[in-house]
Amino acid sequence: MKIDWNKYDPGQFYDELIREEGKPRQGAGALVRHLASLEEAQLRERQADLERAILEMGITFTVYSEGENIDRAWPLDIIPRIIPARQWSKIRAGLEQRLIALNLFIDDLYHEQKILADRVVPREIIESSPNFLAPCRGVRPPFGVWANICGTDLIRDSDGTVYVLEDNLRVPSGVSYMLENRVVTKQVFPELFASSQIQSVGDYTSDLFDMLASLSPRPSDYPEVVVMTPGIYNSAYFEHAYLAQGMGVELVEGADLVVRDDDCVYMRTIEGLERVDVIYRRINDTFLDPEVFEPDSVLGVPGLMRAWRAGNVALANAPGAGVADDKVVYSFVPQIIRYYLDQNPILPNVPTFLCSDEKSREHVIAHLDELVVKPANESGGYGMLVGPQASKKACREFADLIRKDPRNYIGQPLISLSTVPSIVDGGIEPRHVDLRPFILQGERMAVTAGGLTRVALRKGSFVVNSSQGGGSKDTWIVGREQ
Amino acid sequence: MSLLSRVAERAYWSARYLERAENSARLISVYGNLLLDLPEEAGVGWDTLIDISGNGDVYADLYPSPNARSPLRFLVSDGNNPGSIRASLRMVRENVRTTRDIFPSEAWRNVNELYLYCKESLRGGISDRRRHEVLTRIVTGCQQINGMLASNMSHGPAYQFLRLGRNVERADMTTRVTDVATAALLKGREELTPFTNTVWMAVLRSLSAYQMYRQYVRRRIVPEDVLAFVLMDDQFPRALRYCLYQLETALRRLPRTDDALRAVARLQRQVDELDFNVLDHAGLHEWIDMLQLELGVAHAAIHRTWFALDNAA
Repeated sequence: MKIDWNKYDPGQFYDELIREEGKPRQGAGALVRHLASLEEAQLRERQADLERAILEMGITFTVYSEGENIDRAWPLDIIPRIIPARQWSKIRAGLEQRLIALNLFIDDLYHEQKILADRVVPREIIESSPNFLAPCRGVRPPFGVWANICGTDLIRDSDGTVYVLEDNLRVPSGVSYMLENRVVTKQVFPELFASSQIQSVGDYTSDLFDMLASLSPRPSDYPEVVVMTPGIYNSAYFEHAYLAQGMGVELVEGADLVVRDDDCVYMRTIEGLERVDVIYRRINDTFLDPEVFEPDSVLGVPGLMRAWRAGNVALANAPGAGVADDKVVYSFVPQIIRYYLDQNPILPNVPTFLCSDEKSREHVIAHLDELVVKPANESGGYGMLVGPQASKKACREFADLIRKDPRNYIGQPLISLSTVPSIVDGGIEPRHVDLRPFILQGERMAVTAGGLTRVALRKGSFVVNSSQGGGSKDTWIVGREQ
Repeated sequence: MSLLSRVAERAYWSARYLERAENSARLISVYGNLLLDLPEEAGVGWDTLIDISGNGDVYADLYPSPNARSPLRFLVSDGNNPGSIRASLRMVRENVRTTRDIFPSEAWRNVNELYLYCKESLRGGISDRRRHEVLTRIVTGCQQINGMLASNMSHGPAYQFLRLGRNVERADMTTRVTDVATAALLKGREELTPFTNTVWMAVLRSLSAYQMYRQYVRRRIVPEDVLAFVLMDDQFPRALRYCLYQLETALRRLPRTDDALRAVARLQRQVDELDFNVLDHAGLHEWIDMLQLELGVAHAAIHRTWFALDNAA
């Protein structure tokens, strides 16, 4: 039996591949025709090939469940998501604009705080943020850039508008899966890659290395760059190792590093101690240095903040960058872009109600059954309420949570995430997706061609996080840019 | 690229475990064949392999009332025996997984594939009929990984630690097999006398040495010749002397190497001075004990010089 695209029905949602009954969108024609030429059994066979390849390549993520860490095979759906190149170039410009503005904002917060003095962003929001780190004040990271690596989550509403859902400026993950998804998908659909213009994603590790190297405090042709991981029990350990391998740099743990009296960072090697110039750290701010933050942290390196403040080592992302990665600050990003760049935002925000504001709070509580409520300071989809899909009891409990700690909650309308055809038991059905592109900023900027498409594999679900039953898709930017 | 002490240690251990898995698989496979050739009254069983593994205590703990299948299960598929093939491959995987940034990416892939194969085919034990096939595939898998590393990985410091691990483990295995075989054969156990030839051939095969021995020695199998070949040959890769030579050349490519090099030199001297004309069986056993101790000293020197974090600070 072949796929009958006429029977594929995304309902009221925007589908990324199918425009209307059986008609592909721009750029998706070749893929949709190709899929239609396959028997369903063949398609299933290719999905099975792909899952075997993933298992053998050891592409895993770690979940903590029932008291132990389990290495799970990375879930990848065979059918890619497609974005036409012309549409993408606008999105990319929007992503660059946003990160440039956010970095100016963070730099301002740790120095003059002009934006607070001008009352564009309320001072109390920053002062009450656990991510505003006093030890970072006055530090000047290279190029004034604090968030060197950003993963921005994008979603598309039913009318086709692409919104920014959040900016991940701390230790965003997922890029290795984007790269591996491409490697695997190429093996499954070689004929399409040969005949279509699909933009390559393979430059990422080399762009990342160049960006990190540009941060080195010592002028040298061979800066010593390392990736710092909390260790094998971290859910993103696979990615840490993958990126270190891809860049040809050392993957270090806290115990491999030491800060000496000269306030420089060294790693313990078979030759003895060797100086480190740039650390791409994948551990959270407060675990970096037990001398300054969590005194019990065994993941960090005593003295690391000292070395960073002295300018003897670059940390990417810089400590304190997370101050702009907060769902309350998020709601001000359009104003932040206008303030620093004197430009209109290219990509819109999802309308956001701040519960710290009394009027908004009452609105949120009165409309809990229509809204999505999120804690300001969580990631991974934890601790949130999806009103339209929640029980009355859950809504009541959330209302109490909001009243107890209003600063920590925001409400947003439920955006009807767009869909992409996905393989399910019994055929092909629409499933909801988001998109996480990765943006690099150092001496220069670079944006991945596309990003990581995450898909909610459960029918009707909007939750795309891999820790909660989400899967992924390869993302194709197809065609030439103008 | 600099090599972290922690990473060097994991590379060393991954090579040791990989070598251990390969050696055990070959030994068990050859031994299974040997048992088929020997009549029951020869009094040789699977237990001998447990003597060779040196894990008799662990075995006694795990199998208080062993049956006929216990030794094989213990050596091949028991995840609770740290020396079993399955546990060894798991350790290889774990060490490579946590240092995969230094290995060519196919290495991780091959290791992972081999581990998954092993886990799958050893589930619920291993039948006599499939034993040979599975063990052969494991030996081949290990060799593929070594071959791939030899041809795709720069022979820099990380690779030298792999060579160290591989050859320490090989030297260990060769001496263990020799020790147990001589205990059984040279002690003149009468019931084995008619099968001397068969058993010595199995000793050679278990070290992958039979064919090379034939080409090199070119006369009927004589115990002294076999021992001289597996201990003192300077061209056969699993011969003790050759392993020590490999250790020496690997060490010469590493920084701060004096300590470990001295320990290996002592081992080499001990091999040079071995004289079968003056050694009876008991003497040989004592000699091998000494050698194992010195091998432990060499391992300790490697650990102290490059792996212990305090030392680097």
